[in-house]
Amino acid sequence: MLTFTIRRLILAVPTLLFISLVIFLLLELAPGDPMAQVPLTVPPEVKMKMREALGLGEPLHIRYWKWLVQFFWIEPQVLFDNLFGTTFSEGKQRILSWQTRSPVMDMVAQRLPQTLWVVGMSYVVGILIALPIGIYSAYRQYSIFDQAGTFVTMIGFSIPPFFTGPLLIMIFAVQLGWFPSVYDTTHVVNDWDSFMVQLRQMIMPVMVLALQTTAQISRFMRASMLDNLNQDYVRTARAKGLPEKVVVLVHVLRNSMIPVVTAIALGVPGIFGGAIITEVVFKVNGIGDQLLNALFANDLPSVQTLAFMIAVLIVLFNLIADVLYGVLDPRIRYD
Amino acid sequence: MTEPLETKIEPLQDLTPSEPPHSQWKDVWDQFKKHKGALMGGSFLLLITLGVLFGEYIWTIDPQKLDIRNKDIRPIYTILWDSGAKVQWAHPLGTDNLGRDALANMIVGGRTSMAVGWVAMLLALSIGTTIGVLAGYFRRLDGPLMRFTDLVLSLPILPLLLVAVTLFRDALRAQFGPETGMFLLIVGVVGVTSWMQTARIVRSEVLALKEREFILAARSIGTTPGAIIRRHLLPNVISPIMVSATLGLATAIITESALSFLGVGFPPDFPTWGKMLADAVPRMDQYPERVVLPGLAISFTVLSVNYLGDGLRDALDPRIRGR
Repeated sequence: MLTFTIRRLILAVPTLLFISLVIFLLLELAPGDPMAQVPLTVPPEVKMKMREALGLGEPLHIRYWKWLVQFFWIEPQVLFDNLFGTTFSEGKQRILSWQTRSPVMDMVAQRLPQTLWVVGMSYVVGILIALPIGIYSAYRQYSIFDQAGTFVTMIGFSIPPFFTGPLLIMIFAVQLGWFPSVYDTTHVVNDWDSFMVQLRQMIMPVMVLALQTTAQISRFMRASMLDNLNQDYVRTARAKGLPEKVVVLVHVLRNSMIPVVTAIALGVPGIFGGAIITEVVFKVNGIGDQLLNALFANDLPSVQTLAFMIAVLIVLFNLIADVLYGVLDPRIRYD
Repeated sequence: MTEPLETKIEPLQDLTPSEPPHSQWKDVWDQFKKHKGALMGGSFLLLITLGVLFGEYIWTIDPQKLDIRNKDIRPIYTILWDSGAKVQWAHPLGTDNLGRDALANMIVGGRTSMAVGWVAMLLALSIGTTIGVLAGYFRRLDGPLMRFTDLVLSLPILPLLLVAVTLFRDALRAQFGPETGMFLLIVGVVGVTSWMQTARIVRSEVLALKEREFILAARSIGTTPGAIIRRHLLPNVISPIMVSATLGLATAIITESALSFLGVGFPPDFPTWGKMLADAVPRMDQYPERVVLPGLAISFTVLSVNYLGDGLRDALDPRIRGR
């Protein structure tokens, strides 16, 4: 199991390098000059110096290498320093935002918890709703519950988050006044009342994101359960006299979870995409919101770093799913 | 003792005369008809497509015409619960804050959304099919191409789309004009980032097909790989391609609307459903219909496409067909 995990970890490195290269080249090849706003009266040699100050004077591969070093070597050192009070990163050049002239990673560190909290929560909630629906739909195929479940998942597939978000705000925040329409990230939870406030403000963003997840995962769960329910080993288990609960929830479920875990992992990029929209709709100041702000301000280092941060999160979640895959299916561990 | 047989054994006869042979596509259609959701989805999609294509010949109001005196008119059905609402039969779905007719805008916006959806889907399909067939047929290409597909699958698609659209917007606008440039850009980026599922499905189908006897036979009479792919493989993978086409259409429509919603889509005076929805969000407590109508249009279109895909999958799968 350990070697399997390590092998997966090593395989993640080329993936991350590829993604970083794509992001870097995309920003590099884009037309548009960050110096376009500088007045024409500024002499060319001063402009040259300004370009160099922004880090644009060097050739392509050197800048890519420097960015990689900053991201993978200097920023982890900063993190290490902050955690243990050491001074490894002192005097080293960090990735600076052109907008605020402060390190991008400091802002990411402020905003990442909000994103992870909302996104992670909604994914967990979505999966927790989806699995029982999928299992029961498959167990009672073509029952009323199954038909209703199919219809709801179809709707979940089809209604985009940028419509469910405003719709929920309109119904529950404007008309009924149950939940606040704006997510207050400065809110501190320290007692029961503030916990309830936190819960109420989280319900809508989490439900918007969870609806998408639920639709996808419960579909997969149902299909996968249906594949397994007709297998011979299920008949054997029943013939042995195992209770129905054990047959379905232990034998069938464990085997059916294998493709579902892949589906869960593959859904992570989509959920981060949905998170950007949800953050805009509910005004959560997470990293999706920050990415949009940086984009509109033409703040390329921030855009680069944030897009890559999201990619790192996606790869990380894929990795977790891969390891889970190995836990569930011993055959994969030893290939 | 055995009793003597009393009846003579006749040759076996069909009770009813056998049906004349019919094509595979008739079977597919018969199965498709059984799926009520798919039938309804298909008809709704057809209706909405015809509506956005020819709607402007029936509803001849210019969507861009400003009519400040008749601004902020509510849709006609508002009168059911609010008798004092400002409604007009001349504007059945109301007007926006500049007096532009909502129905006309829906028609024009729908045309853009559908056009983006169709073209992006076709682009994604052609990329996906090419990569899938190449990876499935040529063993040497399989490893690299599928590794590449996996890598692209782990890209953060929406952030990259946002970055690409924002950064390349001005250059393409200068090159092709504001509307065409944006159309090409959005179609391009959506197509280039959504071909992976098609490629995977096509590859797995081709892998299975290429071991079959008819491919062996074709190869043994000296058919070139190109001809085998064109004449023997592609017609046989058409059904998974069609199913992923419906999924691709739905994804493309949603992605375009999402980009418009985030404010990086088409220019301001060029309506699409996603843009209309996004523009209406700040005042949705007063004019909820401006959010709901485009939102419903997107959702129903995507829902019907999804149901269509569901029915197509059942109809095109020979194992399910006929049951």
